[in-house]
Amino acid sequence: MAIVAGLVVLGGVGAAVLGKARQAPPREAPPRRDDAPVAAPAPVEEAAGEVEAPEAPAPVEETAPAIETPSVETPEAVDHRFGRLRRRVGATFGQNLLAIFRRGSLTEDDWDELEETLLMADVGAGATDALLEDLRTRLKAEPDGNPRELLRAALLDVVDPALDRSLALGAAGDGELHSAIVVGVNGVGKTTTVGKLARVLVAEDRTVVLGAADTFRAAAADQLETWGSRVGVPVVRAHVDGADPASVAYEAADRARADAAEVLLVDTAGRLQNKQGLMDELGKIVRVVSKVSAPKEVLLVLDATTGQNGLTQARVFGQVAPLTGIVLTKLDGTAKGGIVLAVQRELGVPVKFVGLGEGADDLAPFDPEGFVDSLLGD
Amino acid sequence: MFANLSDRLTETFRNLRGKGRLTEADIDGTIREIRRALLDADVAVPVVRTFTSNIRERALGAEVSGALNPGQQVVKIVNEELIAILGGQTRSLRLAKTGPTIIMLAGLQGAGKTTLAGKLAHHLKQQGQTPLLVAADLQRPNAVTQLTVVGERAGVPVFAPEPGVTREDEVPRGDPVEVARRGLAEAQQRQHSVVIVDTAGRLGIDAELMRQAADIREALEPDEVLFVIDAMIGQDAVATATAFQEGVDFTGVVLTKLDGDARGGAALSVAEVTGRPIMFASTGEKLDDFEVFHPDRMASRILDMGDILTLIEQAERTFDQAEAERMAEKVSKGEDFTLADFLSQMQQLKNMGSMKKMLTMLPGMGQVRDQIENFDERELVRTEAIIQSMTPLERENPKVLNGSRRSRIAAGSGTSVAQINSLIKRFEQAQQMMRAMSRGGGMPQMPGMGGAPGAFGGLPGGKKSKGKQAPQRKVKGKSGNPAKRAQQEAEARTRGTAAPAAQGSAFGIGQQPQEVDRDALSADLSKYLGR
Repeated sequence: MAIVAGLVVLGGVGAAVLGKARQAPPREAPPRRDDAPVAAPAPVEEAAGEVEAPEAPAPVEETAPAIETPSVETPEAVDHRFGRLRRRVGATFGQNLLAIFRRGSLTEDDWDELEETLLMADVGAGATDALLEDLRTRLKAEPDGNPRELLRAALLDVVDPALDRSLALGAAGDGELHSAIVVGVNGVGKTTTVGKLARVLVAEDRTVVLGAADTFRAAAADQLETWGSRVGVPVVRAHVDGADPASVAYEAADRARADAAEVLLVDTAGRLQNKQGLMDELGKIVRVVSKVSAPKEVLLVLDATTGQNGLTQARVFGQVAPLTGIVLTKLDGTAKGGIVLAVQRELGVPVKFVGLGEGADDLAPFDPEGFVDSLLGD
Repeated sequence: MFANLSDRLTETFRNLRGKGRLTEADIDGTIREIRRALLDADVAVPVVRTFTSNIRERALGAEVSGALNPGQQVVKIVNEELIAILGGQTRSLRLAKTGPTIIMLAGLQGAGKTTLAGKLAHHLKQQGQTPLLVAADLQRPNAVTQLTVVGERAGVPVFAPEPGVTREDEVPRGDPVEVARRGLAEAQQRQHSVVIVDTAGRLGIDAELMRQAADIREALEPDEVLFVIDAMIGQDAVATATAFQEGVDFTGVVLTKLDGDARGGAALSVAEVTGRPIMFASTGEKLDDFEVFHPDRMASRILDMGDILTLIEQAERTFDQAEAERMAEKVSKGEDFTLADFLSQMQQLKNMGSMKKMLTMLPGMGQVRDQIENFDERELVRTEAIIQSMTPLERENPKVLNGSRRSRIAAGSGTSVAQINSLIKRFEQAQQMMRAMSRGGGMPQMPGMGGAPGAFGGLPGGKKSKGKQAPQRKVKGKSGNPAKRAQQEAEARTRGTAAPAAQGSAFGIGQQPQEVDRDALSADLSKYLGR
């Protein structure tokens, strides 16, 4: 009964909404629809030509061991990884496309098949339509063109190799504290990603502090501590169970400042994007960390098996903590990773890293050309 | 613009008004829209293909061409087909006749197996069972620790003889099959009635881990093998489900993270491809966020048709019990609904989370999605401020609000007199609804709506909008009904099969006023708001 009362009030409020909205000029809505490029102002100083370059600021493999205690491992330098790993991705996807293109000119059935192939890779209905439309236009302009090359170009356009995909954490050894926060829904591999990222940063010769602000999931802090101890990185964790994650994050930031560390990596608890309370909590973590050092990177971890909900996740997390990049994990399963295209097309947030395996060093910088090539079966 | 299927189809059929029948081309257009909606909900491509061809067959048949509103008839067909694929009715756990019932959990990494193990144990414990959790996930770092903690929270013993991997680089030691076997022996000895075995998460393509799971299955001969899958999974659902069906031949499916806003098309894919029923849904982080799966709700969700039932449940969960009772008493005694009550109800609503979210859960709100998107959550704060700027007398008796009082309140709350006027207007309507309700000794019967349990389908133009300016008679029907309907449906569901029929009827009835309402709405609104 009382719930009905609640709904009545909800009705009342809703009516007010619509009343207001109806008054607002309707032209407000359309513009924000297809304008994904809004988010494109990424620093493009790195010319579009050099593609691999932005990844890791010059490898520093040999110097790494110097700073480490004997018991600590030396992670593999980052820029060799994609080549080694990308072979594992996209075999099936690429094969399919290849079979279609072998047939020469495309029939209606081929188009349908092409569409299904893209859809099955989780590219999403909207992005698929756009891609195929693009391919049709290109074929019209260039009737003799190789459809495969044209599709590659179309895919590359979506992925946009010109976007800066390096971590905006300053140059190694600049002595400043840069903070990064890793966010995402439950079970996508945030903690593992933080651990792997820490290894990447250590390989780049940076001093790192990890903040275990996931105070909710049982054993999350232990897991992070395990990662940290392997590369000799301190982990700041809650003293009590269920502590306020923001306070842990602040302590970590404080510690990082006191230690004169260069990078603070904060792991957060998994939260579904429609849980307002949890999103507010995330907002608080970001604000609190900002008191010490405004986060330069907010990385959203997306599971490669995620379907179209991945877009919603990116959108909503972005409202709370402006995303600077995406880490796509579990790309080593049967999932095709087509969501990369969808995410990037809709949100303009670049994919910065890709998790391609269970090994500690199986986190690679995202390489658009390599990725598209492997999709096409190179 | 037309985010939900109903809206899209309505739009598709808008041009057909006046035509006596649907041509095949019309149907094709519709099928395309359905296909798109299903793909957007992550239903697997092969499943979409067979599904749409079924729909086409039925749509070309007599039941559509003879219908008054073909568009809605098609939606109705789609909804029915979805429910059929999703299993139609709920299946409960099969318990062993003798000895402990063995339940094994399997699924991808990160699907939520370990958390689910705790929830399932908690659920069974509440039903009077004595579950034992067995930690056979020796693969993932700290999985055993996590299960121990989860078991502790659920108050259920955990059998964990092996510590499992506690460091990322450790090579897994110990034999999970052995652990499972010993767990079973332990349970028999200590006379636990249920054994829940948590296994390592694995990728569908990881042959070694899959063999391990198959070995555990062979060793234990579980009564139920539950496949745990994330509701957010995309097209990969089919590959994964098939791999697991071949690997461990699961007997039922559990959907996790259903409390997110994923449309959960994966559920459909898995049910269709494997033919296994979806038995449970996990809907939150707390131990008791665990429920038996409802196919009809899932169908609504996939079609994005609003989910009144969930809304009501959410309300039940978050509303303050004492306050709710006070309110109920008030209504039944016939006391008047005051601004103070309005305020407290609104504060309760705020606890339920984002207003936008709730508004989109109402059926038919898809058409006004853009407006909802633009909805300013602070509107609630303003309303609160207005009421809080009133004296207790004014709150109890808004009639005393004269011009001078209104301008004082406007100044006090930082709003304008016009805003106060519109609030009072809204309040008065809510008040009348409440009066109607207490007069009717409960829910008002809804005149003009046929009284069918499923009739909320008649509000495609936006329940809200009508709720505000349509004649009162309609308003009370509207708001009273969903709850009543929910009740009836809940009863129907416990009886088994009646629910789908009730839902189905939502689409045939009362569709005609749609356009009229939407136009009348703006006119009415401006009148009411004096704009």
